[in-house]
Amino acid sequence: MADPLSTGVGGAGERRAKRFSVQTMPGFTIMAALCFIALYAPLFPMVFYSFNAGESIAVWQGFSWRWYESAWGNELVKDVTIRSLVVACFASAIATTLATLAALGTTRTEAFKGQTFIYVIINQPLMVPEIVTGVALLVFFAMIKVATGYTGLAYLIAAHTAFCIPFAYLPIRARLEGMDKTLEAAAADLYATPFQAFRRITLPLMAPGIVAGAMLAFVISLDDVVITELVKAAGQDTLPTYMLGQLRRAITPEINAISTALLAITVVLLTAIFFLTRKKE
Amino acid sequence: MTDSADNAVDVVGVSKIFGSGDQEVRALDDVSVSIRQNEFFTLLGPSGCGKTTLLRLLAGFEHPTRGQIFLNGKDIAGLPPNRRPVNTVFQSYALFPHLTVGQNIGFGLEMLGKPKDEVEDTVDRMLKLVRMEALKKRRTSQISGGQQQRVALARALAPHPEVLLLDEPLSALDFKLRKEMQLELKRLQNETGITFIFVTHDQEEALTMSDRVAVMRDGNILQVGSPRDIYDRPAERFVADFIGDSNFLRAVIKDVSGGRARLALDAGMETEAELPDGMAESGAVTVVVRPEQARFLDGEPGARETVLEGRVETVVYFGTDTHYHMTLSSGERFIARIQNDDRGERAPEQGSAVRVAIPTRAVQVLKD
Repeated sequence: MADPLSTGVGGAGERRAKRFSVQTMPGFTIMAALCFIALYAPLFPMVFYSFNAGESIAVWQGFSWRWYESAWGNELVKDVTIRSLVVACFASAIATTLATLAALGTTRTEAFKGQTFIYVIINQPLMVPEIVTGVALLVFFAMIKVATGYTGLAYLIAAHTAFCIPFAYLPIRARLEGMDKTLEAAAADLYATPFQAFRRITLPLMAPGIVAGAMLAFVISLDDVVITELVKAAGQDTLPTYMLGQLRRAITPEINAISTALLAITVVLLTAIFFLTRKKE
Repeated sequence: MTDSADNAVDVVGVSKIFGSGDQEVRALDDVSVSIRQNEFFTLLGPSGCGKTTLLRLLAGFEHPTRGQIFLNGKDIAGLPPNRRPVNTVFQSYALFPHLTVGQNIGFGLEMLGKPKDEVEDTVDRMLKLVRMEALKKRRTSQISGGQQQRVALARALAPHPEVLLLDEPLSALDFKLRKEMQLELKRLQNETGITFIFVTHDQEEALTMSDRVAVMRDGNILQVGSPRDIYDRPAERFVADFIGDSNFLRAVIKDVSGGRARLALDAGMETEAELPDGMAESGAVTVVVRPEQARFLDGEPGARETVLEGRVETVVYFGTDTHYHMTLSSGERFIARIQNDDRGERAPEQGSAVRVAIPTRAVQVLKD
């Protein structure tokens, strides 16, 4: 019933000068700049020294791709990278599927009792300290290992899936909430069965949210150290736990090179997520 | 329902209650109405009157708490929206943003499993009908509001529904476009021969487009009739007040014979008017007189006229006509709307005492 033309746009414009805005506070620009420096400055030496020709991560001895080549040629790095990708692919795929269903269940149904509780359950991994989840999983999986004798990669995938779900869920739910439910009503009105309406209307329109959720889950899984460290069996290092292990020994710029490569992948994926989820006008 | 097959839609004793307990909202309260074949039927009322709920019940988005809904004689109350030969033009248009104009229009036919070439043919025919041939391949986000409106219409008409439902489809358009679309809708209804059920809160829209209008308030239908019936013979004060401008006058029934009552107006002479069915034949009543029915009196009134006396308080010039706001001898307010047509009628000035003549047929007794 709301008249889309009757919003008070004009009135807001007149009062704009008097509105409170953080941006007009003194020192805003400096504070913002300091925050960005604190966040991103430490990355620059790391990236810089990944191109060092020498063996030090603190003394510059000229430019070279040497450490990238060394990392690329390192069989161990190759192994752990592949393991990381396998875990991330499986975990993000399963998590995204479950998150999609959960998002549909929490936005496309009549409001039901205990809905808030459901949100809490889904987002639990964001709130419980990772180390607690990690220890809990360690104990739980140990019991299963004893009972079944299975020690494969499934434990890692299951653990990653669990903490990836909220990261996949949030963008998908945001997308669904921003989607006019009248569109689904219109599809039903035009003789689409519930399944056809989902496949032809809901799914294509929520696809950017699903892709964004999957990418976010992928990045989160790829980066994880704490839970992986606790859950992995011997010889099941992923890239981050391998890097952590390397840091305990002699440090070479190879670590910088691997980190920089990971950083590059993350930036690319996050940029893609930004473009997928931003509102089109 | 024995005669239901003659009507496009029969709504029989339908109630719709949302929520329960303290939060119970009775959106529709035992509503019955019949809509004829090929009719342009309008549900008119203020927001919250239940008109949209009734439309949603017809579309199948809601199901009645009680009562039955027949479409061409078949009970459809239990069917989901996709199994009703009824299509809707939504207030927000609800065009599919990821599909082109052509794909939007063809969607219904495709879902009905029509062969590709038939879908294509119909889509082209519909585009022609709403004069949008050039925009078939466009995205719906790349066309203007008025064009989106036409696509929404074409999409709903393409499957040739038995009834087309329109939920305030013109409310988002600007004034000029709205006028244009009013004529367009009327033309489409004539050309397609489909029964249109139109929901609006705009009384002018209802009067200009409809064959019949149902005026609704608080989940009830107050009156159903042609625009002329509704305007000239409002049954209740709410209807008279909601549609057009009205003067309400107090009167007392003197006597009744053959359904006609002799009335003494507080503000003037006696007059005569038809008494609505089921009304007490004595006591005080309210009558309504439309402002344009009044004329200023110089000499004696005609045989079928009654006279009111009062004083002009304010004169408002409107170009085509002038509104005279008066206080009558009884203290009641009265507005006379006089055409500015240079017919040499006397134009009273502010503060002057005047006599106003009203034709007897223009006096309508209200039920409440």
